[in-house]
Amino acid sequence: MARIEFQGVGHAYSAHPAQPSDYALQPMNMVWEDGGAYALLGPSGCGKSTLLNIISGLLSPSHGQVLFDGKAMNHILPRDRNIAQVFQFPVLYDTMSVFDNLAFPLRNRKVGEKEVRHRVHEIAEMLGMTGQLRQRAAGMPADAKQKISLGRGLVRKDVGAILFDEPLTVIDPHLKWQLRHQLKQIHQQLRLTLIYVTHDQTEALTFADEVVVMTDGKIVQQGGPDALFARPGHTFVGYFIGSPGMNFFPITLAVDDAVEISGQRLAVGAATMAALRAANGKLCLGIRPEFVALAEPGAPGALLADITAVQYLGVCTLLTGAIAGLPVKAKVDSGIRVSAGRHWLRLVRPETIFFCNDERILL
Amino acid sequence: MSKPYNNKAWFFILPVFACVAFSAILPLMTVVNYSVQDIISPTKSVFVGLEWFRQTMRDSELHDALLRQVIFSLCVLLLQIPLGVALALAMPSKGWKSSAALVILSMPLLIPWNVVGTIWQIFGRADIGLGGHTLSALGVAYNYTASPIDAWLTVLLMDVWHWTPLVALLGFAGLRSIPDAYYQAAQIDGAGRWAVFRYIQLPKMRGVLTIAVLLRFMDSFMIYTEPFVVTGGGPGNSTTFLSQYLTQKAVGQFDLGPAAAFSLIYFLIILLFCFVLYSWMQSAGSGSKSAVETPP
Repeated sequence: MARIEFQGVGHAYSAHPAQPSDYALQPMNMVWEDGGAYALLGPSGCGKSTLLNIISGLLSPSHGQVLFDGKAMNHILPRDRNIAQVFQFPVLYDTMSVFDNLAFPLRNRKVGEKEVRHRVHEIAEMLGMTGQLRQRAAGMPADAKQKISLGRGLVRKDVGAILFDEPLTVIDPHLKWQLRHQLKQIHQQLRLTLIYVTHDQTEALTFADEVVVMTDGKIVQQGGPDALFARPGHTFVGYFIGSPGMNFFPITLAVDDAVEISGQRLAVGAATMAALRAANGKLCLGIRPEFVALAEPGAPGALLADITAVQYLGVCTLLTGAIAGLPVKAKVDSGIRVSAGRHWLRLVRPETIFFCNDERILL
Repeated sequence: MSKPYNNKAWFFILPVFACVAFSAILPLMTVVNYSVQDIISPTKSVFVGLEWFRQTMRDSELHDALLRQVIFSLCVLLLQIPLGVALALAMPSKGWKSSAALVILSMPLLIPWNVVGTIWQIFGRADIGLGGHTLSALGVAYNYTASPIDAWLTVLLMDVWHWTPLVALLGFAGLRSIPDAYYQAAQIDGAGRWAVFRYIQLPKMRGVLTIAVLLRFMDSFMIYTEPFVVTGGGPGNSTTFLSQYLTQKAVGQFDLGPAAAFSLIYFLIILLFCFVLYSWMQSAGSGSKSAVETPP
């Protein structure tokens, strides 16, 4: 069991970082609560793996303190931290049987052979691999290999947190669901802190209670799957979560209670208007394609768009086009038959989301 | 699944087949031809059946040479493989130091074989050689032209100096191909230095080490130039290995028939040893016989 805390933890590979871009991981404060299931979501190279390696101790952060249950861990070796880590590509000791693979961490720690046997069988049962213990690990399919990697982490009694570094990359799609389900069950059974790194939003949203979105070495938003979808805290979150991502329109403020998108007026409430006036810098409006709908021609608040592509996606239809040159995507009911051409669109969501020029959410 | 069959493809193999035929099969067949005939003059020969083979098998000088050869090759493998692996492990893995180590290590491999022989022949001399002179100055009675043991040590040391770098380079290539995740997982699993070597590095080097063992075996089993230059096979016959004995027979005494029979036996021995080594290295470490825990 472990509550993991970052106090100003950051990492730069160069000795004297001068500007933010020198950091692989921007200095940050963060708490991973004991027993929580977290997903770290972000594009390749955003610092997710760096963060994970700092927790497991494979990397010593250049800045800040890592605490486990309040104890400083910076100078504790990976083997002495109670952490299990599963890597993107399965790591197995090829010459050993499944049993010996699972027993390896215990034997390295000089645990008695009787206890080793007991623990290995307990873990094998949990992973559903009891029948395969005598087999050679090298010849197993990729999903079994990843389970063995996980098992090697779990076999230690003191383990408090499991870290996954994109563990399903090499797994066949039809086995992904099954394996993810199994991982989740194990998490619920053991109540370990679990941190799951991925660049796949579906994986993150289905797996975790809390999703932490990262880009450029910093955390831009942390929250439940619904919050990330409904109230993205940063344009990157809007763009990265959802398929397709959010629409963004640069806006200018009109004299009365309205904003203008490429010259087309959109009425907003007086309170919103006051907040927009108070903000400085460039403003933009973000709206998810799910909340853009077809409208009657000339209806109040409707915008004229050129639809260039219509794709039927089963439950919905995806319209791609432009509002006066600004790209727009809309997801509409697949029952409605639409063809490319000029259409009126309206922004359904009552509380439309605005972003300021630092790309943070404004309201 | 249906595969297209197109017999025209065979025509593309013809040039390769012709090359191999001229470079390998025809010469080999000539040797086979000689081995069953007594060549009396270029125009006159008599078929003698397996007589030369029988004679060769009974040749006690050949038995001695074969024994020396086997001991020499064994020593070469036992010294060079562990030493090469140790060098590969000790080499810096990144940056200019790695490149420098690679260049320095490959130097002996770039020297022509008879030059290697000459270098060591001079190096070992007590009057002008750095090594020989140092040893005699230290009071060691070292003389490779008189003492069989000294001659053996010189030839072995020369081969180690010449060829260990090859094993080290192959091992180094094998080590570099191991992904970082293995070392990271081993850190988390609490594996010590020895366990990392035994369960990660050695199994991952198996492929290249198989090649290294085969190459070193074949080369050392056929060694000719260097001992010939250094010791000329002496003192006595103590460093006369198989190829030198064969050359004496074929070129020195011009006994083409027996020499051909001997060549074929030589060839079969190498083939057999390589096959045994290869199958052994393929099965070793694949865990087919490794102890597996029994459930309680």
